[in-house]
Amino acid sequence: MKVSALSSAEFSERLAGDGIRLATGPFNCRLQSGIPEITAELARLYAHHPLIDDTRFVDFHVAIQPGHGLRRWLRPQSRFIVDAIEPFTPLPRDQSLPMLEWGLNWCITAYSQHILVIHAASVARGNRAVILPAPPGSGKSTLCAALVNRGWRLLSDELTLIRLDTGELMGLARPVSLKNASIDIIRNYAPDAFLTQPVHDTTKGTVALMAPTQASVDAANTPARPAWMVLPRYRAGADACLTPMGSGAAFLQLADNAMNYHILGARGFKAVGHTVDQCQNFSFEYSRLDDAIAIFEQLAGDET
Amino acid sequence: MNFLLAALRDPTSIRRLSPAEWDLLVRQARHANLLGRLYERLLAAGLEADIPQRPRNHLQSGAIMADQQQYSIRREARLLRDALAPYEIPLILLKGAAYVAAGLPAAQGRLFADIDILVPHERLGAAESALMLTGWQSSVTDDYDQRYYRRWMHELPAMRHVFRGTTLDVHHTILPPTARLKPDARLLIEASVEIPGLPGVRTLALEDLILHSASHLFHEGEPDNLLRDLTDLDLLLRHLGRDDSAWDALVVRAERLQLSGPLGLALRYTERLLDTPIPARIRTHVGNDTKGGAGQRLVDFLYRRMLRPQHPSTADRFTSVARKALYIRAHWLRMPPLLLAYHLAHKAFFPPKPETHPPMDEKKAA
Repeated sequence: MKVSALSSAEFSERLAGDGIRLATGPFNCRLQSGIPEITAELARLYAHHPLIDDTRFVDFHVAIQPGHGLRRWLRPQSRFIVDAIEPFTPLPRDQSLPMLEWGLNWCITAYSQHILVIHAASVARGNRAVILPAPPGSGKSTLCAALVNRGWRLLSDELTLIRLDTGELMGLARPVSLKNASIDIIRNYAPDAFLTQPVHDTTKGTVALMAPTQASVDAANTPARPAWMVLPRYRAGADACLTPMGSGAAFLQLADNAMNYHILGARGFKAVGHTVDQCQNFSFEYSRLDDAIAIFEQLAGDET
Repeated sequence: MNFLLAALRDPTSIRRLSPAEWDLLVRQARHANLLGRLYERLLAAGLEADIPQRPRNHLQSGAIMADQQQYSIRREARLLRDALAPYEIPLILLKGAAYVAAGLPAAQGRLFADIDILVPHERLGAAESALMLTGWQSSVTDDYDQRYYRRWMHELPAMRHVFRGTTLDVHHTILPPTARLKPDARLLIEASVEIPGLPGVRTLALEDLILHSASHLFHEGEPDNLLRDLTDLDLLLRHLGRDDSAWDALVVRAERLQLSGPLGLALRYTERLLDTPIPARIRTHVGNDTKGGAGQRLVDFLYRRMLRPQHPSTADRFTSVARKALYIRAHWLRMPPLLLAYHLAHKAFFPPKPETHPPMDEKKAA
């Protein structure tokens, strides 16, 4: 049964009560919230995710709750809680949804050392995946959102998960976080995609969340093999151009963007090395999304 | 239901857990900082195949985290030795860092917040400047706290390394000078032993490590780590018990250091909660087989609650009272009444700021 099978009344009631229990790829989550204004958008963002019953193991018990005392009403705040722990300071209440996504990402990076976690977007075609590691502002999320709306399967827009044993990528298929100018770009590029109302003045500027495509969520548990590592950079007016990258440079890019490289020690070194060996590695400059997508189509078509 | 304690006492109990019970076990172990240690314990009991995949991911993550920390502790130990050596100050490791460097079973899956070292009181100033020269800075900025540590405490305010971010507690003795019990630090230093294979790096003798662990737990243990500290004691005592005569030496040593009280509590609760094997003559000697007087029963009442994972699923209606009572008891044992009143009044009027952070900004959270 999927989240979309719940009526909006059932969804609100569960969210405010025992919680919505759902699977996001390899992680089971229980979401609770006493903030009613997020329910409608939350239900749309996670519409395609499978519900799990309350006898199952849950990886992250998370909640977004109103601020304490006066902060419920006066410049209201919301708090992110994971199993009675509050890892962050509260945020303004209108940032509840982005906070939930940041919080879930925090859970993955803080609690998951059994996999290599890379700060990178990843999308797949068939069973072959492209990893897009990049610093903020490089257009990684925009590119990722565009690809997902042109037939690529979303694995993750923020955290790429690599198994230490098989080297395969695991999909999360959670909402994509779009920032500032990329919100309107994606609205125009993919008018059918569901985007939340923009939330202004977050630490990352204006943020809107895009729901993953149903195909991505349905295939979240199908692993993918890393085939390309592409380091994107948006430059106004640039022609789309793919430049091969040496494996040494590619290794450093991946290791530098790995959240737990320093914790995994030798295991991390092996996992990064294995990933770089399996991938064709490139740096990529672009300005127009259509050109960029065409280049990725070529990549995917090159070898089958 | 305390699944964590059940699993620590009898690892095979995990065979009977449902997925929802595994869920609680993992959460309890995380709150008690015992994920890694539980994993090692289950592996040692040959139960690897009985751990389902999802909980295994969490337990293994805890163990990997502990591995990484132990690697950096060993490295820090060498760097600290080199920082202190030019001033002929010996490096004596305490608590977790000592277990790791000496390769004791109590290092198993242990997580760290900081490294603790012991320096002779008369060399404290020299040690502090030697450490500052190699990049360690006092992390306490509040004037009151600085004065508090330097006048009343057994350690300097915590130091933090500017590049590596590691935290260091420099002790000159193991209990505050204001405490009612006054173990003589010179005896501890005299009995310290060099770690084979790590020239210039010393730890307290095994008996003293046990007595320090006990006095720490029952004087100043942080509530979230009490159960973790008790499992340290369990592992240390089992290690000591390989030689039956060491038990008597431990009791004598405790008397010499004025630490028979904490040792008695340590033996009482390790045996009751973790089934630590203790010879009958020692049990009788410390009164493990008696219920004790009213005072003992009150202390039992408090520790029964606090030696649980500090997770909502194991709390009852007395947990928060027990937490407050032990906070006051710890301070009562550490300071004379007037100083205690002054200190608690200061903390009530100027409460410390809570330690939370803004949400993950990309890699910062890592």
